Amino acid sequence: MSKFKKKKSGQPAISTASLPDIVFMLLFFFMVTTVMRETDLQIDSPRLPSATEVKKLEHKSLVTTIYVGKAKDKDKYGSSYNRIQLNDKIATPDDITAFIMNSREKVSEAEIPFMTTSIKADKESSVGTLTDIRLKLRDVNALKLSLSTQKGNTISK
Amino acid sequence: MARRENPEINAGSMADIAFLLLIFFLVTTTMDVDSGISKKLAEKPPKNYEPPKIKEKNIFQISINRNNELFVDGDVMELKGLKEAALKFIDNGGGIGNPMPGEDKGKACDYCTGDRDETSSDHPNKAIISIESDRATEYGTYVVVQNELLRAYAELRNKLCQKEFRMSFAELEESYKKGGRKDEELKKKVQFIKNRYPQIITDLDPTDNNK
Repeated sequence: MSKFKKKKSGQPAISTASLPDIVFMLLFFFMVTTVMRETDLQIDSPRLPSATEVKKLEHKSLVTTIYVGKAKDKDKYGSSYNRIQLNDKIATPDDITAFIMNSREKVSEAEIPFMTTSIKADKESSVGTLTDIRLKLRDVNALKLSLSTQKGNTISK
Repeated sequence: MARRENPEINAGSMADIAFLLLIFFLVTTTMDVDSGISKKLAEKPPKNYEPPKIKEKNIFQISINRNNELFVDGDVMELKGLKEAALKFIDNGGGIGNPMPGEDKGKACDYCTGDRDETSSDHPNKAIISIESDRATEYGTYVVVQNELLRAYAELRNKLCQKEFRMSFAELEESYKKGGRKDEELKKKVQFIKNRYPQIITDLDPTDNNK
């Protein structure tokens, strides 16, 4: 007979005091690695092709983005992968001139030559659409272009 | 009067606040891709622009049809062979080139390691790669072709940079960028390599007759 009462307590509860710390760490991770989405995509998220010779976009404030892909609203816009989105609505290549002029007004004179246009096009969209965009950009003298791609190996064929 | 120790603030809801913030960020942000193939477009030619006459041997003609098949100078070619073929074309050095910036006469290429075939390009600064693609070709194929050509140029530039400055061109450009593009020495070196293998890639406009 023991003098001591054997206290059979339940298993010690897991301390949840560090739960907020874990969540804060996850939060900081997301704050650091993501970008505030500026526009709502009216097209399905474009599947970017991969390439190896890629360069990072510098001066993100001087980048205007053109999205090319399949529209979410298939009844209105059809289901080919060639819808162009400027800012937040679907547009045609002819609207590109006005779009670029608008974005130029928001930037100081000295920085205009450093402006870049980034084209995020689905890998199944046609080169014809890209050519139309390219010709319009050339008309407006927006000559710095970047074809958005993921970094990765291309040739596995 | 002895008071009881003030009850501590219940910190149990801190986790809830953190979760809410996390969900907010998950919903409103995207992991945006910010890298891409950079291209400098050519300026719009004025009306009645006469394109300069170029010898056919200085043009490397790539055509892509709507089935994403590749034709180089008329012959079918696999994507795998494109880089090698482009490399051979650019580095050929079969004749005299355009004058380098700062000089007024063109010289033969003294750094080319190619065959010096007379039926291929004269000099890397005269070698033009032209891409003609059908309007219905897939953008993915177009990007892959561009990438292979850029790889060919990168390999040639790296080789020359190793020979001259004992480092790869990628490292040279990195150190130039890190210095904020201000170091004159590095700038001269980068320009040196770029002038020896300039990237001359043109896209043929499929609707040329509408201009």
